[in-house]
Amino acid sequence: MLILKLAYRNLIGAGLRTWLKVAVLSITYVLIIWHYGFFTGMLKQGTRAMIKDEIAGGQYWHKNYDPYDPISLDESHSVIPSELEALIKNKQATPILIRQSSIYPEGRVQSVLLKGIEPEQKVLEIPTSQLNVDENVLPILIGRRMANRNSLEVGDYLTIRWRDVNGTFDAIDGKIVAIMSTQVPNIDFRQLWVPVKDLQKMTGLENEATIIIVGQNLFNLPDVANWDFKDHDFLLKDINEMVKSKRVSASIMYLTLLFLSILAIFDTQILSIFRRRKEIGILMALGMTRLEIILLFTFEGALNGVLAIGVAAIYGVPLIYFTATKGFPLPEITEQYGFAIARRLFPSYTFGVVSVTILIIMLTVTIVSYIPTRRIAKLKPTEALKGKIS
Amino acid sequence: MRNFLIFVILLVSYSVIYAQEPSGKAILQRIDENYSSENRRAVSTMVIKGRRGTRTLQSESWIQGMEKSFTEYLLPAREKGTKMLKLGDELWIYSPSTDRTIKIAGHMLRQSLMGSDVSYEDYMEDPKLSNMYDSKLIGEEKIGDRDCYILELVAIKKNVAYYSRKMWVDKERYLSLKEHRFAKSGKLLKTLVINEVFKIGKRWYPKKMTFKDALKKGSGTEFIIDSIEFNVKIPEHIFSKASLRR
Repeated sequence: MLILKLAYRNLIGAGLRTWLKVAVLSITYVLIIWHYGFFTGMLKQGTRAMIKDEIAGGQYWHKNYDPYDPISLDESHSVIPSELEALIKNKQATPILIRQSSIYPEGRVQSVLLKGIEPEQKVLEIPTSQLNVDENVLPILIGRRMANRNSLEVGDYLTIRWRDVNGTFDAIDGKIVAIMSTQVPNIDFRQLWVPVKDLQKMTGLENEATIIIVGQNLFNLPDVANWDFKDHDFLLKDINEMVKSKRVSASIMYLTLLFLSILAIFDTQILSIFRRRKEIGILMALGMTRLEIILLFTFEGALNGVLAIGVAAIYGVPLIYFTATKGFPLPEITEQYGFAIARRLFPSYTFGVVSVTILIIMLTVTIVSYIPTRRIAKLKPTEALKGKIS
Repeated sequence: MRNFLIFVILLVSYSVIYAQEPSGKAILQRIDENYSSENRRAVSTMVIKGRRGTRTLQSESWIQGMEKSFTEYLLPAREKGTKMLKLGDELWIYSPSTDRTIKIAGHMLRQSLMGSDVSYEDYMEDPKLSNMYDSKLIGEEKIGDRDCYILELVAIKKNVAYYSRKMWVDKERYLSLKEHRFAKSGKLLKTLVINEVFKIGKRWYPKKMTFKDALKKGSGTEFIIDSIEFNVKIPEHIFSKASLRR
């Protein structure tokens, strides 16, 4: 206890030197926690949005379907399997038919995916019910990004050209009946949503689908021949990998900051031992063992970390609380990154992240504080009193 | 009696006139004869009129029947050396700038050929119309100073790109001077206007034509046949993937 008191007194006594180290270390604490919170929030929001709007409880893919291979899309469809008909009837699954097509916004040709979905489906939380219209027109639902990029508004007519199952061109003017706001670009960019029955009729693919999305919390899903079930682990792999790589790249920044802080502490420790040789000799002469002196100096260094926790809490807690509750807006360009991300991001801070960050920094600081003190073990009290260091 | 005689004369005259009108099918076969050949080699210029200006491309093509064709771009310098190979229903394109050959398939076939109003799919199309369409003579009209038949074509095969077409065919030369291509829904998709023709041997052939995507803004794409030779000897190696990199 005496050692601890002494260490604290020495540290405070060092004045500005101590507070500078503490300030840098506190910034490291806050930055690490904030960054982790930022990415955890991004992952949580993205995952939640994808489950809500795109993948629900998982998807059955036609054996030829590969979302990254537009060439195989023409061959990626078959009759809805009988094993899943009951789920579809009970609104626990919904078939999606995906076809390539071209649209002509403002007289420019653009390739888009035409996606057929049941307007009454309850599996995804996208406003497909708006596709139920009384007019004798093909209703189209599009995302906000798609609408903005092509200057489209509700009520606009859009010429769609596609090929039927035999390869014959067909074209029709569809009407945009709703524009949805979604965080998931996979269901927005270059995509038109239309009633699946209409699309099946348009393409001559009656009762056929490309993927079948099942609702959440369904167990014992059947194995279906020629259809592969893709679970959350598979469907969320991309966003998980992306956040993981972002975390790694961001960690370079706070590792640099942490390195600077520990370098300052390491430097101070070496300097302290050199400048306080006589003090070490006196303490030894007064009966302190070498181990106690090593502990004293190590505590002094480690206490920087403790003080930094306090300082970080003073400005970090309000900052973290504010960003966690109010979120912060992201620039519009982030919408074009191609993964699910909200316009306002709410970081997510967990007790685990805070405690692990504190633990890592404290451990690093303690080790760095201890290393220079090993020289004290070799000191002879007489030489130390004379101000010599061997 | 006199009225009966007039009726008989009119009936006979009508029958004679009607008998002279060729059927839609016959007209279509005459058009095909104009276009078809065992093989041909052509140098053509494509003038693409876009919103940002006009681009001119020149290419040399070797065409063997309906199944094989090979095109090499000669101009401009940026496109020089770009080659396209069609074998049946498959298409490959070689770009010298990347030194890569890519297969054009799926949605890529719907994209425009070198930014023109023609898609790769149009380029791939089987040009023998009588194989694909049932035709009906629906009228006559003058295009410029040329008397034309108006033909209505409806697909008889399922895998035809355009479900129906309307053609204005020169009565004398059996060459379509104007053409509208329609979707199954009846929506006009493409228009083709032949602005100039020329005679080569016994056949008439388009010299200058304008192809336009009717759904797209712009003035369309102009094709000019600079030179053409029919039934020439084309070495078989031309129609191989290896020739793309040569």
